[in-house]
Amino acid sequence: MSLQTQPASQFEIESQREQGGVGDAAAAYWERIKGGDLGALPAVLGCVVLAVVFGVLEPDSFLTENNFANLLNQGAAIMVLAMGLVFVLLLGEIDLSAGFTAGTGAAILAVTLTTHGWAWPLAVLAALATGVAIGFTIALLVARLGIPSFVVSLAYFLGLQGGMLLIIGEGGTIPIRNDAILTVMNKNMPVWLGWVFALVVIAAFALATFMAIQRRRRAGLSASALSVWALKVGALAVVVLVVVYLLNQERQRANAPIVIQGVPWVVPLVTALVVGLSFMLMRTAFGRHVYAVGGNAEAARRAGINVANIKTYCFILGSTLAIVAGILLASRDNSVSPTTGGAQTLLYAVGAAVIGGTSLFGGRGKIYDAVTGGLVVAIIANGLPLVTQKSGVQFIINGLVLLLAASVDAVSRRRAAATGR
Amino acid sequence: MTTASSEGQQRELLSLRGINKSFGAVHVLRDVDLDVRPGEVTALVGDNGAGKSTLIKCVAGIHPFDSGEMLFEGSPITIHGPKDANALGIEIVYQDLALCDNLDVVHNMFLGRELRSGITLDETSMEKRAGETLKSLSVRTLRSLRQSVSSLSGGQRQTVAIARAVLWNSKLVILDEPTAALGVAQTEQVLALVRRLAENGLGVVLISHNMNDVFQVADSIACLFLGQMAAQVRAKDVNNSQVVELITAGRSGDLGLRPDEASVAGVGEAA
Repeated sequence: MSLQTQPASQFEIESQREQGGVGDAAAAYWERIKGGDLGALPAVLGCVVLAVVFGVLEPDSFLTENNFANLLNQGAAIMVLAMGLVFVLLLGEIDLSAGFTAGTGAAILAVTLTTHGWAWPLAVLAALATGVAIGFTIALLVARLGIPSFVVSLAYFLGLQGGMLLIIGEGGTIPIRNDAILTVMNKNMPVWLGWVFALVVIAAFALATFMAIQRRRRAGLSASALSVWALKVGALAVVVLVVVYLLNQERQRANAPIVIQGVPWVVPLVTALVVGLSFMLMRTAFGRHVYAVGGNAEAARRAGINVANIKTYCFILGSTLAIVAGILLASRDNSVSPTTGGAQTLLYAVGAAVIGGTSLFGGRGKIYDAVTGGLVVAIIANGLPLVTQKSGVQFIINGLVLLLAASVDAVSRRRAAATGR
Repeated sequence: MTTASSEGQQRELLSLRGINKSFGAVHVLRDVDLDVRPGEVTALVGDNGAGKSTLIKCVAGIHPFDSGEMLFEGSPITIHGPKDANALGIEIVYQDLALCDNLDVVHNMFLGRELRSGITLDETSMEKRAGETLKSLSVRTLRSLRQSVSSLSGGQRQTVAIARAVLWNSKLVILDEPTAALGVAQTEQVLALVRRLAENGLGVVLISHNMNDVFQVADSIACLFLGQMAAQVRAKDVNNSQVVELITAGRSGDLGLRPDEASVAGVGEAA
C-alpha cells in the first residue's frame, strides 16, 4: 500500500486546492476516459461519425433542414421511453414491456379521445394512470415477490400486446383528431419563441452551474475554475443556438404553398423532462437512493433505505414515461394501430440508454444518456432507410449496434473494475 | 496501549447481563455478560461459531434477545430494530463493507441519512461534515472526498466505513473483523484509527481473530467459548497463550469457565 510507505504522496483532504483551469480539467477528463468512465463520449462520437457517413452517402436527402426536424421528431418518443428505462436500468433490472406499455397508453388515449369523446387532459390522465398501474404491478412481482424482472416484463410484453388488441379491436386503426395532442409532434414554435427558448435554456444552465460553484466556494470546498465553467456554457450555447438556427430555417420544398419553420413543440417538452428527471435523480434523496440500490442493494438496505419502495417507484416512473412516449407516438402517426410501440421500439430505447452510457449492470447512468443515445439511434433509424431499402440489412445493422453498445458497456465496466473506478 | 486513566474509573457504556439466545433448538448464547467502557477498546474474541456475530447482531437490533438485560449508560433498554440502536448511538461496521461502489465517499458516509435543504440534498454541508469527521480521525490518505469508493484501497474503504459510523455522534462503535481482508500496512492504518476512536471517548467493540491486533489495541478482552462468556479480562493481565486457551478450551488456569461448565457447553455444541 503506497499510501502508507510514501508519506509524501498523502494529500490532506482539507487542503484541496482550487482546481486548475481548462488544461487540468481536460487532463482529468482524459484520466476518466482511460479509467473506463466513458460518459457521453461514445454517443457524441457515434452522432458525428454517423452524420458524416450518411451525409456523404446521401447528401441530398439526409443533410436537409427538413430531415433534421424529422429526425428530432422520430427520436423524441425513443428518448422519452429510454428516460424511463434509465430508472429501471439503474437498479440493474430491465423492463421489456415498456414498448407495449407505450402502445397501451396510446390505445387508451385514442379510444377515450376518439371513441368516447373525452377532453384531452382527461384522456392523457387516464393513459398515465394506466402506466402507474402497470409499473406498480410489475414492481409488486419483482420487488416483493422476487421474480426476475426479465421474466415479469416478458410476461407483460405478451399480456399488454393482447390488451392493446382488445382495446383497439383486432386489425383496427383508431385515428386521432384532437388538436392539442397532434400539436406536440406536428406543429412548431414561432421563430421568435424558438430563440427565446434557446436563450432561456442557456441562461438557466449558466446561472445554475455558476451558483453551484459559488456555493461550494463559500463553503470552502474545491470548485471547478471559472474558465472551465465558461467553456461548458459556451459549448452548450453553440450547440443550442445552431440547432435552433437550423430548425428556424424554412424547410418546405421549393414553391410549396405553406411555410414550415420553427422548433417542434416536442423539443421543449423533452427538455423539460430531462431537466425535471435529472433534478430528481441528481439532487434529491430519492435519486441518491436509486443509485445506492443499483450499486449495492444490501448496503442500501443496511443503511436503512427501503429497497422495495425504491424499486417500486422506479418501475412506476419507467412505465409512466413509457406512456408519455406512447402519446408522442400516437401524435406523430395521427393514429394508433396494434403495432404502435411494437417492433423495434423497445430495443431502440434500450439501445439509446446503453449507447448514451447507462450501464446494463445497474448503478451507472444519467437521464441525458437517453437523449444523446436516442439521437444516435434516431440517426440510424432515419439514415439507414435512405441508404438501403432492404429491411433485412436494417435489422442486422440495428442488432449489431445494440451489441456494440452493450460490449462497450461491458468493456468499460471491466476497465473500471481493473483501474478501481 | 492500555491507558491508565480509563482503568476502572468510568461507568460502563454498555452492559449485557445474562443474555440468552436460541435459534430453534440451537442455544447460541448462554447467560452472556459483557461490559464495554467509554474510551476503551473491548476486543470480542472466540472461535468460529462461538456466538460473536450473534451477540453483536442482538446489540444492533437485528435479532432480539430471548432473555437477559441490556444496560446502556446505566439505564435498561430494549432494542427492537437497527433504527433503535442507531438512535441510541450504537453503530456497527460490518465485515463485508456495506458501501456502494458507484457512489463517492461523501455519498456513502451519509447514505440513508442524507442532509437536506428543502427537497434537495445539501451537498456542501455533507461534504464539509464528512471532511471534518475524517479530519478528527486524522485520516489523511484520501485524495478527494468526491472520488468513488470503487477507486479506494481496502484500508481506505474500511476507513470510510468506520468514519461513517462515527459521523452521527455515536457512542458505541462495533467493528466486525475490520482487518480480516487487509494487508499489513493497511491493517496498521485501520488499527490506529480504531485506537483513535477510543481516544476520542467512544466505546469500541472489536471483533477479531488476530491476537496481534487484539493485543495491539484492546484494553479489555472478552472471550466467548461455545456461546458462553469464558472470561472478560484486562488485556495487560493476560498473555497471548492464555487468551488462545480461553478461546479453544474455555479456561486457562484460574481464568475462564469451571471444568463442568465448559463440558456442559461442549455437550450443548454436540447436540
